[in-house]
Amino acid sequence: MIAVSRRYRFPAAHVLRSDAFSEAENARIYGKCSNLHGHDYGIEVTVTGPLDPSGRVMAPERLDALVGEHVLEPLAHTNLAEHPLFAERISTAENVARVIHERLAGPIEREARARLLRVRVQETRKNGFEYGEDR
Amino acid sequence: MVRLTRSIDFSASLRYRQGDRTAAENEQLYGPAARTHGHNYRLEVTLRGEVDPATGMVFDLADLREILEREVMGRFDHRDLNADTPYFEKDAPTPENFAGVIRALLLDALPAGLLDRVTLHQDADLTVEITEGPA
Repeated sequence: MIAVSRRYRFPAAHVLRSDAFSEAENARIYGKCSNLHGHDYGIEVTVTGPLDPSGRVMAPERLDALVGEHVLEPLAHTNLAEHPLFAERISTAENVARVIHERLAGPIEREARARLLRVRVQETRKNGFEYGEDR
Repeated sequence: MVRLTRSIDFSASLRYRQGDRTAAENEQLYGPAARTHGHNYRLEVTLRGEVDPATGMVFDLADLREILEREVMGRFDHRDLNADTPYFEKDAPTPENFAGVIRALLLDALPAGLLDRVTLHQDADLTVEITEGPA
């Protein structure tokens, strides 16, 4: 199987807290992440599929355009915790990866004979999260 | 089963060009990549197999180093992929096609069943991975 990955980044703020928990529970569960803070989120988008007549899984500039439209423009320079896309979900990096996967899977399949294999979110240099199919 | 990965770095020039298309058609299809440019590639080659109880190794790394030197560095490092190699007369050296050429060379050079995947990083933002099916 052939898989192509492209990397992007966007800066955003977030805070981890849930209305289901008390103030003390939020502080205990989420620690320093229960304060408003931010990251330069690194995103890796991996697609797979047959090679098209140009010898590519899909044109990289088209993938860039889809990621720009559906991920980078809506999320960059926002507070994820208050973003409509996270109205039902805590803005953990796990959920950031799921939201990005949900946003991109349909547009990629409509755009090309390719499908989204996985999304990796690098929240900090130390912490990375992957959502999608197993390797 | 154990997997082991060795990485090498090399640099090459290239332009995306399909042999049966005109210069204008290639420019239309590939944009700026149709013009001569270059990349610092990083290749990761992953082997898989059982550990030989006598040596404690899946495969002798000195042999792998020699194969990569001969099959990849010798053919591609500080070369022009279009002019100096026979692989891109018809197809363009997209990272997908280039990874496919390297995979074919390594499948020929390595004992059967040993190659697990080739991962070709074209630059910091784009990676192509070709994974072999189950052994």
